[in-house]
Amino acid sequence: MRNHNAVLFALRSFSLVPLVLLLAIAASSQDVKSFEKRIAVKKLPNGLTLLVMERPEAPVISFYTHVDAGSVQEGPGTTGLAHMFEHMAFKGTQEIGTTNYLAEKHALEKVEVAYAAYQKENLKDVGRDPAKAAQLEKAWKDAMDAANQFVVPNEFGEIVESQGGAGLNANTDLDETAYYYSFPENRLELWAYLESERFLQPVMREFYKERDVVMEERRLRTDSAPQGRLMENFLAAAYMAHPYGRPVVGWPSDLQSFSATDAIHFFHKYYVPSSITIAIVGDVRISHAMPLLEKYFGRIPAAPAPDPLPTQEPPQQSLREVVMHDQSQPVYMEGYHRGSFRDPDDAVFDVLSDLLSKGRTSRLYRSLVRDKQIAIGAQGGGYPGIKYPFLFLFSAFPAKGHTAREMAGPIHEEIERLKKEDVSDEELESVKTRAKADLIRSLGDNSGLALQLGLYQAMYGDWRELFHQIAHIDAVTKADIRRVAAKTFTEDNRTVGIIETGPPVEAAPPGENKQAEKGAQQ
Amino acid sequence: MNRFTRSLAIALLAGIPVLASAQTTQPAAKAAAQSSQPKSSSHTRTAGDARTTGDARTTGTATPSVPRSWKQVPIPALHPFQPQEPRRIELSNGLVIFLQEDHELPLINGVLRIRGGSRDEPAAKTGMNDIYAEVWRTGGTTSKTGDQLDDFLESRAATVETFPSQDSSFVSWSSLKGDFDRVFPVITDLLEHPEFRQDKLNLAKKQMASGISRRNDDVEDITHRETNKLAYGADSPYARTPEYSTVAAITREDLLDWHRRTVVPNNMILGVSGDFDSAAMEHKLREAFSALAKGQAFAPAKIAVRDPAPGIYFIEKSDVNQSSINMVEMGTDRHNPDYSAINVMNQLFGGGFSSRLFSSIRTRLGLAYSVGGGVGTAFDHPGIVEIGMGTQSANTAKAIDALNREIERITKGGVTAAELKTAKDGMLNSYIFEFDSKDKVMAERIRYEFYGYPPDFLERYRAGIEKVTAADVDRVAKKYLHPEKMAVLVVGHAQDFDRQLSTLGKVTSVDIAIPQAVGP
Repeated sequence: MRNHNAVLFALRSFSLVPLVLLLAIAASSQDVKSFEKRIAVKKLPNGLTLLVMERPEAPVISFYTHVDAGSVQEGPGTTGLAHMFEHMAFKGTQEIGTTNYLAEKHALEKVEVAYAAYQKENLKDVGRDPAKAAQLEKAWKDAMDAANQFVVPNEFGEIVESQGGAGLNANTDLDETAYYYSFPENRLELWAYLESERFLQPVMREFYKERDVVMEERRLRTDSAPQGRLMENFLAAAYMAHPYGRPVVGWPSDLQSFSATDAIHFFHKYYVPSSITIAIVGDVRISHAMPLLEKYFGRIPAAPAPDPLPTQEPPQQSLREVVMHDQSQPVYMEGYHRGSFRDPDDAVFDVLSDLLSKGRTSRLYRSLVRDKQIAIGAQGGGYPGIKYPFLFLFSAFPAKGHTAREMAGPIHEEIERLKKEDVSDEELESVKTRAKADLIRSLGDNSGLALQLGLYQAMYGDWRELFHQIAHIDAVTKADIRRVAAKTFTEDNRTVGIIETGPPVEAAPPGENKQAEKGAQQ
Repeated sequence: MNRFTRSLAIALLAGIPVLASAQTTQPAAKAAAQSSQPKSSSHTRTAGDARTTGDARTTGTATPSVPRSWKQVPIPALHPFQPQEPRRIELSNGLVIFLQEDHELPLINGVLRIRGGSRDEPAAKTGMNDIYAEVWRTGGTTSKTGDQLDDFLESRAATVETFPSQDSSFVSWSSLKGDFDRVFPVITDLLEHPEFRQDKLNLAKKQMASGISRRNDDVEDITHRETNKLAYGADSPYARTPEYSTVAAITREDLLDWHRRTVVPNNMILGVSGDFDSAAMEHKLREAFSALAKGQAFAPAKIAVRDPAPGIYFIEKSDVNQSSINMVEMGTDRHNPDYSAINVMNQLFGGGFSSRLFSSIRTRLGLAYSVGGGVGTAFDHPGIVEIGMGTQSANTAKAIDALNREIERITKGGVTAAELKTAKDGMLNSYIFEFDSKDKVMAERIRYEFYGYPPDFLERYRAGIEKVTAADVDRVAKKYLHPEKMAVLVVGHAQDFDRQLSTLGKVTSVDIAIPQAVGP
């Protein structure tokens, strides 16, 4: 239910990339072998991929469903729809969440007809008849009331929780959507039933109320949060063509406009079995679990994979800058376009991120925080996705009495150092050692393992890549670091985002659409 | 709506075996199964028909056994499980050690909890425990600077960190198993020879001042801080916050004094987990710690609590379009015999997806993304009742009305058997997640040791939940939730509100302007 994207900025990691870094490394082939004995992967005839790992530490199992559909798939007018569908995946099925599905189905169809009629009038540029719009709006609301009679609210979540589910949640990102929770091991089959039903027969009940909930999520994370506002503006500046420049949560006008019909179309198009990877880790036997999972998830009908996204961000040709005068202490960031996670230099960026940001020995900490004492935190890493070319983002929080712009000089000094001087043997060795240890540290937890294995299986087509990445990091040389820094960190490839402290503003904050009834046209 | 037919057609065209939905296949498969015998025996139909029937059965082999309702899914008995208890050792100088072997990964992790935290520091030096915990590590030891420690540890992918809390300071570490003998001496060196170098103290104070300057940037920070102040009183050790002047007053001597006062073995509990042999580890730890001299037992500050004054407390924030609302009064502690009943009430009132607040405020009314709350319980002092949500500015009063209605409804009783069952089932069925890792089991034991709770407190709590009745829930709701006594905190942009807050009660404006430093 969280939008993964919006608030991660502050002092936490950025999206998935540090994950790639953390996991990036690893251990010897022996570790892969020890995992191979406990992991089975099966691709079903319908294209869905199942991964099962035996880890009988305690009688519990964690589940992770990865759907290769995120907000990059949205078109104009429907931003926020991927995230909206994620919310709807908690609304139940034809069996769960209803007192009478057939009657409800009929009522929901009427809601859609009424909403389409209302929107047609409401969004007219010319000749909009307010009285007619109001009448149609009332008809739509009446239709919703009629449909709501059949709803058993939150029955899906209630079943999961009352059966002992822990950590029930989901998140939507630019790249993907993920659903996860854990159960006691004796509920494996119940999970398989619930999770497969959820993607076999989702019902778009209470859609328009849930839209209001998502609007509140947007107000919380973006509109009413200075760093959320900065990030939205910054990404819009950094990307001209590629959907990485759009907010995961969606633009307010789209959020107040798209329909349940749009959501179910999105579902049909993108939630096809070949885009779904499911990983489960815990107290299971592969020989028991795999046929069971196949029985449930094999029911999902095969469908063609959606077309790949053709849009590529054109090379940036000049410096871009976003300056916000906000009621907040200053924030500084600058991003540079880099390749996707498949870029041959991906591991070089992992090393760069660690060198610059990890711990008190990192270069940005030592320069900006420890020595110059102009920042309380400074870091560099990937943002906002990884599947398509993304940004290497530097960020710094100025110390009291220092401005955002003061951060630029010392950051550029560190960048120039990377271009001109080889890193020391000790530094490089230290990065490689940490990467290896961090991988080990990430392997002792069912839900973390399910997420990592599921993610790597989905992204690379092979969970072993989680371990193989250590070899890529080990292969990074001093010359690679200089080369990649020189290639990437140029002024023309830079987008700067700044919060400068401004006086309190009495105007309504950005993002709020006060005339919701006029929707997208305002 | 047409997903199934469309997909079915595509599947057929693509030559993929027909795996349709439960909805369409189940009756069909059932029919096929029932009719296949007479069909194939009494009619010598074409091979095609037979194959069709056969195919339907083959592709349906999976489906007939898929239950038609979640209620029919079998739930076998849970695998028997005996969580591994850590070994408890008490040294003659009072240090309590827990050892938890865990051979899954080649790591050794430890945590040392030391009595004495921010609630015990003098008001004029608020922030001292935070600064202490920072500079203890960054300020290094007599023989090594903090920077040298950073280099040493990070090159081994090891961490040694110190951190503060309300009632304790912590030292935690993690290293690869093979590095333990090199990393562990850093811990004992920090315990016995901390240096609190002045340059790092200055840096920490500067950082904390920067933190103060940023504390009104984010609504959630404001709500959390001001909620504590409303509940416990602005000057309470549980609520007061560092100010420029209190941070400026902190000296190196304060940190040394604090260290001498708190870091004595009889005020500390050590937990070590990971890939080691307990006997060998015990030997090492005894060698490292037995010589520490027993000190004076730490006497925590005595802190009075009182109920907040009822009314509306308003904080203006003009750059937001959502109001943060939090209703607050005093809660209780976990010694309270009502603890289990309170938690059941919390679960069904403001806990998960199935709770009243979520279903009513979020799902039915669409007023919030984030909504929840209940009666807070701390281990050794009263927690806070907090019931809160975020809603768009124009729904602020409406949202407060909605919360009030829910609070009044639960205090009037009438919790249903179904609600009770859902809440209790959830808590009992998910109980396993309280101790599903060796680290969790040890952490739980350390907590009980620290607060003087019985080691089987968790099990008693579970047994307590089983006994909770609907009447118990009605009783504790009435006993601990008092709509008329609550302080209602609202952070938002007043000019966009649906009604003036004064229509809801007496409004007190809260000034959150940051007092500027005095002096040079």
